[in-house]
Amino acid sequence: MWTYNKVLEYPIKIKNRNPQLAKFIISQYGGPDGELAASLRYLSQRFGMPDQKAKAILNDIGTEELAHLEMVGTIVHQLTDGASPEELKQAGLGAYYTDHGWGVYPQAAAGYPFTAAVLAVKGDPIADLQEDLAAEQKARATYEKLIDLCADDPDVIDPLKFLREREVVHFQRFGEALRGVQDKIATPKFYMNSMNNMNCMNNTFNNISNECNNDNNCSNN
Amino acid sequence: MMDYEVNSSSNERNCCSCNSCMEDDRTREEMIMKIKEYDFSIIELGLYLDTHPNDEKALCLHKEYCKKAKELKDKYQKIYGPLTIYYPCNKWRWLEQPWPWERGNF
Repeated sequence: MWTYNKVLEYPIKIKNRNPQLAKFIISQYGGPDGELAASLRYLSQRFGMPDQKAKAILNDIGTEELAHLEMVGTIVHQLTDGASPEELKQAGLGAYYTDHGWGVYPQAAAGYPFTAAVLAVKGDPIADLQEDLAAEQKARATYEKLIDLCADDPDVIDPLKFLREREVVHFQRFGEALRGVQDKIATPKFYMNSMNNMNCMNNTFNNISNECNNDNNCSNN
Repeated sequence: MMDYEVNSSSNERNCCSCNSCMEDDRTREEMIMKIKEYDFSIIELGLYLDTHPNDEKALCLHKEYCKKAKELKDKYQKIYGPLTIYYPCNKWRWLEQPWPWERGNF
């Protein structure tokens, strides 16, 4: 369950309208490496996690991504709010205005609508956490490209820098969660048992299977 | 004249000698910025604690920021209305303040 807090995670006060920038930044709302995809990815993957830390980190980062979705929506809204249809058309948003007016629609910069095909839920903790690490890097790279495109407006760059930094922190936390899962899987007990079994098999082939009844003898082989 | 001055200065002293009155003098923007700072610290420490649950220092900081955030939010909501729908009011004040995405909001 979630509770809405009537504050942004980080302040956004954009003084100058700029629909051209909104056209690019909307990709982080509904694009392939955007916040909606991130949130749905983590919140859906968490159900398949075997590890307490991994469940917690997916839950809590997935929740923070919803706050980031609101921030990106706010940037797009403030960059387009009050623009005339003509201004939107000049900015290359004529087609967007036709279908969505001044609403914020989850779509990529290139115009295609949000699709769950950009995310994966494998139900395998290693595969899913590896995907999450890549997702954070792709989002970080996208924010850097957006910062390059917004070089003339500090009001826009400031929240984009904050969002970029969060991707770096999330990457770090996912890495720690992944190491936790890997350590659990690779416990010595699990490893030794399977090795013992393999040694026993070899011993059987070598006709010294009797020694396998004793673990010490088995591992000394 | 003398009486008035004495009264006014003593009122002033009474008012400003307590921290809560100082807090009340903060503008809405200052309070909301501080709330954002506390909330962010809690989020960041929360993520860190998810993967470092035994870090005593982080746990202590988390506790401290939770306390500060709660105190300031109680104060803010009394003056400016609810930040969540879990704050009870005698009249529906949820509609009063601008929404976070609106221009001119913080």
